[in-house]
Amino acid sequence: MGEKRKIEIDYSQLDSERMRLNVGPQHPSTHGVLRLEVELDGEIVTDVVPHIGYLHRCFEKHAENMEYPQVVPYIDRMDYISSMNNEWPYIMGIEKLMGIKVPEKVEYLRVIVAELNRIANHQIAIATFGLDAGAFTPLLWLFRDREYILAILEKLSGGRLLYNYFRVGGMANDIYPTFKEEVLDVVKQIRKTMPEILDLLINNKIFIDRTANVGILPADVAINYGCTGPMLRGSGVNYDLRRTEPYSIYDRFDFEVQVGKGEMGTVGDCWDRNIVRYREVLESCKIIEQAVQQMPTEGDIKEAIPKKVRAPKGEIYCKAENPKGELGFYIVSDGKNNPYRIKARATSFNNLSVLPEISKGYMFADLIMILGSIDIVLGEVDR
Amino acid sequence: MEYNFIHSLIDNTILAIILITLLPLGFVVIYALIAILGELKIASFVQERLGPMRTGWKGTMQPVAEVVKLLQKEDITPDAADKPLFNLAPFLMFAGAFAGFAVIPFSPFFIPANIELGLFYLFAIGSLAVIGLVMGGWASNNKYSLLGAMRSVAQIISYEVPAAMAILTVAMMANSLNLNEISANQSGWFWNWYIFGGPGPIWKIFFIPFTIGIALIYLVSSLAETNRTPFDIPEGESEIVAGYHTEYSGMKFAMFFFAEYANMFIVASIISYLFFGGWNSPFGDFLNYWWMQPIWFILKSFFFVFVAIWLRWTLPRLRVDQLMYMSWKVLLPMSFLCFLVLGIYMMLI
Repeated sequence: MGEKRKIEIDYSQLDSERMRLNVGPQHPSTHGVLRLEVELDGEIVTDVVPHIGYLHRCFEKHAENMEYPQVVPYIDRMDYISSMNNEWPYIMGIEKLMGIKVPEKVEYLRVIVAELNRIANHQIAIATFGLDAGAFTPLLWLFRDREYILAILEKLSGGRLLYNYFRVGGMANDIYPTFKEEVLDVVKQIRKTMPEILDLLINNKIFIDRTANVGILPADVAINYGCTGPMLRGSGVNYDLRRTEPYSIYDRFDFEVQVGKGEMGTVGDCWDRNIVRYREVLESCKIIEQAVQQMPTEGDIKEAIPKKVRAPKGEIYCKAENPKGELGFYIVSDGKNNPYRIKARATSFNNLSVLPEISKGYMFADLIMILGSIDIVLGEVDR
Repeated sequence: MEYNFIHSLIDNTILAIILITLLPLGFVVIYALIAILGELKIASFVQERLGPMRTGWKGTMQPVAEVVKLLQKEDITPDAADKPLFNLAPFLMFAGAFAGFAVIPFSPFFIPANIELGLFYLFAIGSLAVIGLVMGGWASNNKYSLLGAMRSVAQIISYEVPAAMAILTVAMMANSLNLNEISANQSGWFWNWYIFGGPGPIWKIFFIPFTIGIALIYLVSSLAETNRTPFDIPEGESEIVAGYHTEYSGMKFAMFFFAEYANMFIVASIISYLFFGGWNSPFGDFLNYWWMQPIWFILKSFFFVFVAIWLRWTLPRLRVDQLMYMSWKVLLPMSFLCFLVLGIYMMLI
């Protein structure tokens, strides 16, 4: 009695059976038809295997049998939340192949629509991320604001989601008379309403608890896996194609590249990725305001559109900063009307590939948060 | 004093017993419809939209339409389910929720069963819900249901501890476990409510922070016990689809739904009885007539149902371990502290 005894517990005997859980393709928070095969030890995730391909539509093979302009609607359907941004690198690639110089007005219009669409994309990203955390109201507030952007894009192109607005050398339609005022109004509205989301969701204690120090993606892992966009910037890497390799006229605008600083936890956690998106919305507002002020009112928007789009023999890789990251198109032309081969470097696909790496050891609820913070669109993952 | 006006009307007959049983049931049905409408309309108000507008005037008949829809739906039982358990679970859960109404005094003149251990009984019968959840989650033979049931057991049992401490504190202050007596103790103006220290000398104001604290502890625990946001982890939609009721459809799902709302009312009424004077008017004798007392009670309870709905549409969801942390490491020590301080206060007066 009174003697301290050391009790030995054989933990291997306590090891319980692991459960393999099939998440998706029909699941509320896989953001589409993603299927995750998850191995759970109680609530702890020990293994994740993403199964993709449920939305595979043979984009690349289709493109080989289409004329160059006919490919654009297919590209819209890749990342269907930011179609305007998707079209840009493809069109830009063909323009570079054909040596077309697009008019100033078109460049500015492209910047405006792409940045508007970037805001809409980030709004959805933040909204669905909040939804993953169980907050339903931010979703509807953000969708309300997104509606103003969609209204402008609809007036321009006729479509609310799939625009088919970019043309080789120009745009499909000219701007309408009140375009500039409406864009500035929307920017003002977004500047006013975005901070509400800060109060309602992002700075909420529960939300911070759920996202900070969860799904930490170190910068080297992010680079190794080819993560780009807010995923990479959330890990503290200052890499934005609009700044590092300015395409189009992005070198004329004054904006800051937002990177994750680990304010609430570690650099590269879910909260950082989310706040990068939030701040990019405000940066996009800055770019839009500058672009609207500098945009020439005169000029024919279809000036440089060629009669026949036929790229000369050659190949090109053209990339642009999509809201989700770097979207690139590798276009091979054999001088015919159809592209010989198109390969898309899909952002979501690359970003999703890091999921098994960063989600092991977290709880099942965290896995959903990590997946939400990656902001994937299955249309782009599967193509 | 007669605690049941029906007994005094038609004596102690079988008919009286049936009526006493049916009255709360009718109340629960009507309340559930109102709560569903409230949920829809408050959600739409928070989210800056209109909500249902087509069924009836401004969509007021929407809950009826939803209940009819649920009744019409096909009742699916999965092949691999444990059928007796699967079929019993929703009804057991509702029975647990409804049994709680037995001791709730709607007014001093209508208490279905005026037993001395009312609070204790409520607490015990409330635990029946856990069994319903586990039965449903286990019998569904679905991994999501199992995860949901597992989480809900852990959650509800953990949160019963701080809730019990809160109830115990008030029981100590009121010297009673009978809801009617606790309510009668708080008669007079609203400063006699237990959230403001109960009836006592003026220096009770030093103890008011602790009574408010214990009320908040109970409010948080009651949200967790009824699986409401931010503690709706057992049915955390984004993670485990619908938790323990993933496989349920039609009427059985409606029973789960019904039980959830009934439970919400029970905890809301406990809050209003323990801390907010129950059926007393807040303003002394103002509108404190016998016919006004049930209305005061229902209004107070509806307010706390409203608070639960309001929180649901505002807050994100906690994670399982954070939930446990909050129960055992935050709420429980705080409730012990409040219990201790208020115990000293009770010794002083």
